[in-house]
Amino acid sequence: MGTLYEDIVDHGGEVFGKEHMETLMLCVQCGKCTGGCPSGRYTAFRTRKLFRMAQEDMREEIFNAPELWFCSTCFTCYERCPKGVKTTDLIRVIRNLAAKAGHMSVPHRMIGVYVLKTGHAVPVGEPQMKLRKAVGLDEMAPTTQKYKEQLEQVQEIFRTTHYDAMIDFDWNTMNLREAEGDEKK
Amino acid sequence: MSEEAKEYAFFLGCITPNRYPGIEAATKRIFKEFGIETKEMVGASCCPAPGVFGSFDMHTWLPVAARNLCIAEEMGLEIYVTCNGCYGSLQEADHLLKDHPKLKEKTNEVLGKFGREFKGTTKVHHSIVILHDVIGLDKLKERMTKPMNDVNVAVHYGCHFLKPSEVRGHGSSETPYIMEDLVKVTGAKEVDYKDKLMCCGAGGGNRTADTPQSLEWTRQKLVNAIEAGCDCMVHPCAFCHLQLDRGQDEMNKAFGTTFNFPILFATQFLGLAMGLSQTECGLDIQTTTMPEKLLK
Repeated sequence: MGTLYEDIVDHGGEVFGKEHMETLMLCVQCGKCTGGCPSGRYTAFRTRKLFRMAQEDMREEIFNAPELWFCSTCFTCYERCPKGVKTTDLIRVIRNLAAKAGHMSVPHRMIGVYVLKTGHAVPVGEPQMKLRKAVGLDEMAPTTQKYKEQLEQVQEIFRTTHYDAMIDFDWNTMNLREAEGDEKK
Repeated sequence: MSEEAKEYAFFLGCITPNRYPGIEAATKRIFKEFGIETKEMVGASCCPAPGVFGSFDMHTWLPVAARNLCIAEEMGLEIYVTCNGCYGSLQEADHLLKDHPKLKEKTNEVLGKFGREFKGTTKVHHSIVILHDVIGLDKLKERMTKPMNDVNVAVHYGCHFLKPSEVRGHGSSETPYIMEDLVKVTGAKEVDYKDKLMCCGAGGGNRTADTPQSLEWTRQKLVNAIEAGCDCMVHPCAFCHLQLDRGQDEMNKAFGTTFNFPILFATQFLGLAMGLSQTECGLDIQTTTMPEKLLK
């Protein structure tokens, strides 16, 4: 484990390219991100502050602040940043590192459970099947929830990337191993 | 397109088929009316949500998205979507995999475990952009048998329809035009309102992280549209639909408000203007109800 910046460049760089992630260091604290941030109106999330803290390697402070999860990934700051900081992608990568370090709420971990069980973050249930019939559609769409062998492919991806371990998924109960408390650890 | 039928693979995602099937039905129906055939993507999964799974683990998000792209590639078709989340996820994944050969190689190692391979032969379109650019406003206008002449519409874009603009390619995210054009083609008036381009509040796991807080964003958005004299809100995103429509019931329970502000996906609104019934558009199986003005 290097500095937070190094981890961001390593982890995010594999997907977005290192240069994309290195834009974190271009932030000059002008505040245009925070000025246009819808979350900032309602929550303690301050984009500018997050980037300064990330530059200063304040890993634990960032990971332990609930507001890290109050960005809606609207990309307003991404569009407006005069320095070309790839803001929203950096925020997502910082969240990836937080999640890997065990900072992931139960409701967020449960989204993974739904996908592991059905292939959908929002699966179909009996009441929705009726809605589908009401508009002349088949009760179930022809997706992973309908075809087990297709769902197994998605499950295989989650196993390969160790997403199941990250959320403490129990393959026997097809649920979280420990669903108590706000965080995994 | 009536002379020359075009086929697309419809990537359903989660919210459209599993919560608001009216969006699925209305979109398929309208596409068919204009000679565009829809093929089902057998075995498709969650896109998965770019701000949600992208926030949890990029390295899981990408192969799941790539697997969905593979299904369309195997069909030899380009994709259309009815959710900005699906649009964001699949288009971003497609873009990244086409741009970064090493990433493609690594992703194909995962997909290869079950015999799939991302080749880079499909494209991801938003259904709304197909309506605007492929079918076109002139053809649409000819079919508006029940024009919305006295209806004031608040356009809501959602975020991932326009942004990041470098990937989406629909011009400036600050001065959009596609949804405005589609609303105006029905004869309705598109009304500007405070913070029109603001997020609905749901994305990026924010709704799951703190639902009441996310509904504060939604409440402000709706109040702004209502204060500007709008009769309804028309948008291009199934996930926004969930937050804006079901969110009103959640707000009424949590905050004691009495919201019933009509929320329509763009093809549901166009469907009504083309003479489809609210039942055919699935507008009678959602939270907010449609006023007479939209149905006459």
